[in-house]
Amino acid sequence: MKQYFKNTWLGIYTVLVGMKITFKHLFTPAVTIQYPEVKLKLPERERNRLYVNMDDCIGCDQCSRACPVSCIEIETVKSIPGEELGVTSNGKKKALWVTKFNIDFAKCCYCQLCVFPCPTECIYMTDIFEFSEYDRNNLIYKFATLSEEEAKEKKINFEKFTAEKEAQKAAATAKPKEEQKPAS
Amino acid sequence: MYQYFYDLTGNTILATLVVAVFPLVNVLIVALIGVYLERKVSAWIQDRVGPNRTGPFGLFQTVADFVKMLQKEDATAKDIDSKLYNIAPVLVFTGSFAAYAAIPFSSKLIGSEAEVGLFYVIAISSLVVGGILMAGWSSNNKYSLLGAMRSVAQIISYEIPTAIIVLSIVMLTGTLSLDKISNMQTAYFWNWNILGGAEFGITKFLLIPFMVVGFIIIFISTLAEVNRTPFDIPEAESELVAGYFTEYCGMKWAMFMLSEYGNMFAVSAIVSILFFGGYHSPIGYLGNSLGVEWLIPFEQAFWFLAKGWLFILVQMWLRWTLPRLRVDQLMSLCWKYLIPYAFVNLIIIGVISLL
Amino acid sequence: MALKTEHMVLNMGPQHPSTHGVLRLELEIEGELVNKVTPHLGYLHRCFEKHAEAMQYNQVVPYTDRLDYLAAIGNNFGYALAVEKLLGIEVPERVEYIRVIMAELQRIASHLVAIGSNGADIGALTPFLYLFRDREHILSIIEETCGARMLYNYIWIGGLSHDIHPDFVRKTKEFCNYFKPTIVELDNLLSYNKIFIERTANIGVLPVDTAINFGSSGPTLRGSGIKFDLRSDDPYSIYDRFDFEIPVGKGLMGTVGDCWDRYYVRIREMEQSLRIIEQAIDHIPDGDVQSAIPKRIKPPKGTVYRRVENPRGELGYFIISDGTVNPFRVKVRAPSFVNLEVLGELCKGYLVADVIAILGSIDIVLGEVDR
Repeated sequence: MKQYFKNTWLGIYTVLVGMKITFKHLFTPAVTIQYPEVKLKLPERERNRLYVNMDDCIGCDQCSRACPVSCIEIETVKSIPGEELGVTSNGKKKALWVTKFNIDFAKCCYCQLCVFPCPTECIYMTDIFEFSEYDRNNLIYKFATLSEEEAKEKKINFEKFTAEKEAQKAAATAKPKEEQKPAS
Repeated sequence: MYQYFYDLTGNTILATLVVAVFPLVNVLIVALIGVYLERKVSAWIQDRVGPNRTGPFGLFQTVADFVKMLQKEDATAKDIDSKLYNIAPVLVFTGSFAAYAAIPFSSKLIGSEAEVGLFYVIAISSLVVGGILMAGWSSNNKYSLLGAMRSVAQIISYEIPTAIIVLSIVMLTGTLSLDKISNMQTAYFWNWNILGGAEFGITKFLLIPFMVVGFIIIFISTLAEVNRTPFDIPEAESELVAGYFTEYCGMKWAMFMLSEYGNMFAVSAIVSILFFGGYHSPIGYLGNSLGVEWLIPFEQAFWFLAKGWLFILVQMWLRWTLPRLRVDQLMSLCWKYLIPYAFVNLIIIGVISLL
Repeated sequence: MALKTEHMVLNMGPQHPSTHGVLRLELEIEGELVNKVTPHLGYLHRCFEKHAEAMQYNQVVPYTDRLDYLAAIGNNFGYALAVEKLLGIEVPERVEYIRVIMAELQRIASHLVAIGSNGADIGALTPFLYLFRDREHILSIIEETCGARMLYNYIWIGGLSHDIHPDFVRKTKEFCNYFKPTIVELDNLLSYNKIFIERTANIGVLPVDTAINFGSSGPTLRGSGIKFDLRSDDPYSIYDRFDFEIPVGKGLMGTVGDCWDRYYVRIREMEQSLRIIEQAIDHIPDGDVQSAIPKRIKPPKGTVYRRVENPRGELGYFIISDGTVNPFRVKVRAPSFVNLEVLGELCKGYLVADVIAILGSIDIVLGEVDR
């Protein structure tokens, strides 16, 4: 019997306590941010879309190997001696032409594992997150700065160079044999 | 009301039109503002902003929702019972709308000054039960059937405490007519029934605690009649998708929503008439002090609407504070707690009123 | 002729308005009473364990984040501890302290979601939003340090990915001061509300021997009165230096081991996490967080099993290494998967509405259940 009255009293009292809390919240200001007009300033370590500064890229392939989902594709062509590719911002001399540097953002999981191995710190994460597309293929970002013809030209140059070197080597090994022959 | 408008305009057709259309307009406005206010009040309670893009402060949100519902395709499931399916929303809406015929909005704006107004209101709002059962059964859906049966049990059980408290007021005032009950609580709030009624004397002060208890009981039971949280099992959003109106879409669903808000207002109107003075103002009339006689009915309509909306806001406040009761707990609340308290209340008020 | 009756089969399909993810529950009900519950899993299976065999050890860490995505730091922590034991490396003190603080912050954030969705299933929609507002504070603290709000990739093998932000200590202290009155408000609004108590007390009572036989852990086990917490009974990292209590369910509002007890254990655990954070935040030693990270992770042949106390229970990693840079096998003992088994036992004889309350109190995350 006592439990009956206690239940009644508790029922009414706890409801009133709850109502008081929600009533107080009626007058607290809203925590919503009116998004497209007001945007929050994101912290500096924020991990959103990647960016590659191609001037600094030496084509070492470390980022591509570190990526767990294989979303970075890099193709490079060795340069022939005598070609000047320039120097990166921390003094390293570049030796490879980067003909293809594609990052597929549909696959990227924003884990940041590619940023740490880069020796020149040319790949880093920016705070851009509003880059959705209608077509999935538009999410493959091509960072290489060489155009198609230039890339082909570099490749052909390199193949010519290696072919010449092979020919020279073959000639150099053939010549001593010839010199030996008349001797014997 | 017809007489008043006939005198005002001198035209039978116009007066009939106003009399017929006025409650409908009221229900539509209540639904319009009610949906918007519910979303805004819930947002303020939850530290959010609510709709604020459609129109200034989001005022056109309900209009946008309404237009969206009008243009929806009326897709019906395959094996429904189409006669019952189509009649159900009509019945539900009629049940809640017909109650407006007897509710006095002011001393001149009463649909029908029937002597049994209160009895009529309680009886006609039970039409809703038939409509809900038809909706649940004809939808050919297990969830709807479950929701409909729970809802029927809930509404029928909670009619009883309502009726008992109404009886206790009737004992005090001696009349069933809503207009007369309002008039007995004339001006100034200390004449209100919740504060003991208009006759000064020892009975007035003895009655106050029992009147407060009666008010709480009838408020809770009418919450259950309208299927609002904490009694909204039939429309439990996270359990049964949407209960008895799962299979309805477009305009038919809008009828259910309209009837819910219409019912909310009707029920808060009844509570305010029975306990809070109906359309009389708590602080005297501006028209009286200024000497302008024709202003008084408008003031009374204003006070009546204000009291009705106040109770609707309290209902919304409760909805966003409390969790939901389970079906058997709902039933036990009604039969084991509300009805005994209401009976005891009735007996004590009866004894006091004899003094 | 006798009337043939059968139980009605109700399907709470993969998508239902209660949260928790894509789980299909098949209920056999008789009117409103539930006879049998069969969960059907696999809607979120993403082959984590197979992927891990193709990755190098440090590349698996982002994948572990996605197991229990609401408590990602705990997953990273367990994996890093397991591989560190295999390699036999010791991490600097600073790393240990920061790991513990991050794990406790994550515990609070995860419990906020659990409590909020528990309340939302029962019908109280307002505390859900209040708790998410508080969770935002934690997520922005962590975002300043490591850059992500939910899938951190923060605790690496041998150290951390970033050192803490200079503002971290100040903001964490501010958060601790802000959060204490919020717990009191939550108690008043939800925990002691009569209707909430009616809905959760004496529902889904988990007896002690059933809990132990089914292998449940975390708040599900502690709600039944058993005082077992990996942080104090099998301490890992530096948990043995801190002084904290282990809340257990005492049956304050009903029987021991009902839904209210499990909910109550979570709230008190949040308070104890605050206590640990306050003890640790002022004593972070100096050092370099990346000094012990090995250049190439090639552990010797062997096996290791290491377990941590995740907010949902005991998360265990069993790793077999065959001497190469890729692990041979990574097996995850997910707490939600094991706790979900108890659902069938708990729901017998209760109403349909109770199944939802019970599921909310066990608190599963489908990312862990299906991996």
